[in-house]
Amino acid sequence: MNENTILKVKNLNVELDGEKIIENLNFEVKEKETLVILGPNGAGKTVLLRTLLSLLPYRGEIQWQKGLKIGYVPTGLPLTKEIPLTIKEFFDLKGISQKEVLEVLRAVGMADSEILGKRVAFLSSGQFQRLLVAWGLTGNPQVLLFDEPTAGIDIGGEETIYTLLKKLRNEKELTILLVTHDLTIVYKLADNVICLNKKALCQGLPLEVLTPQHLSQLYGGEIKFYQHKHE
Amino acid sequence: MNEQFLLSLITGIFIGGVAGYLGSLMVSKRMALVGGALGHLTLPGIALALIYGFDVSLGALPLVALGIILIWLFEIRTKLPTEALTAVVFASGVAAAFLILPSEKTVTALIGDISQVELYGSIISIILATIVFLVIRKIFPKMILSNISEDLAKVQGINVKKYNFIFLALIAIIVALGVKIVGGLLTAALVAIPACAARNVSRNLFQYSYGGMIIGAASCVSGILLFKLTGFPAGPLVILASTFFFLISLIFKKS
Repeated sequence: MNENTILKVKNLNVELDGEKIIENLNFEVKEKETLVILGPNGAGKTVLLRTLLSLLPYRGEIQWQKGLKIGYVPTGLPLTKEIPLTIKEFFDLKGISQKEVLEVLRAVGMADSEILGKRVAFLSSGQFQRLLVAWGLTGNPQVLLFDEPTAGIDIGGEETIYTLLKKLRNEKELTILLVTHDLTIVYKLADNVICLNKKALCQGLPLEVLTPQHLSQLYGGEIKFYQHKHE
Repeated sequence: MNEQFLLSLITGIFIGGVAGYLGSLMVSKRMALVGGALGHLTLPGIALALIYGFDVSLGALPLVALGIILIWLFEIRTKLPTEALTAVVFASGVAAAFLILPSEKTVTALIGDISQVELYGSIISIILATIVFLVIRKIFPKMILSNISEDLAKVQGINVKKYNFIFLALIAIIVALGVKIVGGLLTAALVAIPACAARNVSRNLFQYSYGGMIIGAASCVSGILLFKLTGFPAGPLVILASTFFFLISLIFKKS
């Protein structure tokens, strides 16, 4: 495996409950690259991430670079309102030192003087997302796997999560695999994109690959995409 | 204060305290009723213990072991909710017990009698309760993390299935010990009420879990003291004491 290659996936097949979720997927990710996995809901994107983390059985090859630390930021976690848990106690579950907790919270823009004693349940969904990102950043991973970071957050929050990711990517020289159904993200963040709808329908640079034809194949139907430039 | 009373009190503190501590985990996993269901299932064993004159917890043990195996199998194999198990299997325990229980032992089987605890039974209970406490303390973070997200737990390398089984085994031991105090019918309350009370007034995980323990122990002490004073059976008094603490906690609960 090439020195620069962080991940190599060959002939990946994932079947769940007798249904083929991922078919013959091939791709590579290089160091410090941001790969966006784009596709409609139900396309197998979350399954792909979970398979890459060895959370699901698969056939084929998944080769991560040796000695790699991987952080995972899952999607759709219900806020634990039932049991009282402070942010400090949340990180205690993983045995993270207070020093490192403050570091990762600072990195996601959440460090204030009272943050450690704050209840996880009292965070807004945007703050909770950031908390999960901070969790993923503990242990200084080289790779971050993000599942639908914007799911369930309003537009204001969306914007900030992506500014955050851009910042983190540069500061920490991270390789990022990001799953989304949101096209804007691709243009904003991706070095490379895979259009996934069970199979890889297109792969490559965003501008090359995101043609109306590919998009309608991916999402099924007539697609026109207008890029809003307002920064 | 005579020796028997002291023995009952100390045994009660240990069992009630650890039951409250374990209860905090059970309530967070919505498994409070599992404790009750298992208690019901032990009734035939308690009946035999009372008839042949050995420790009720010893009688309860094989049945509670059967119970957790059933829960384990049913949940893994069929994803049947614990609710169905309770109705189908555990109520049968109550029914079966009444086929063999002599009438003069019925009350003791159903609601317990801590005043019958003997020295050896007490010592073993205390040792077991302490071991259970230490194990819970060790696995607590992993259990809470699995509760929040199984995926995050697995990515951390936590074997969720293994810890769920250990958890069930701990519940089994506490229920088997608990029947000494509250009999086969009230074990759910023994584990659940202190935890619910603690949840109302706690502001973090530490307060919640150890609050459960303190309220559990306090309920047993109160119940047993009231039994000494009034002569009413200790088991129900323990539960009523914990209910009282729960009501108080409602007053202090921040909305």
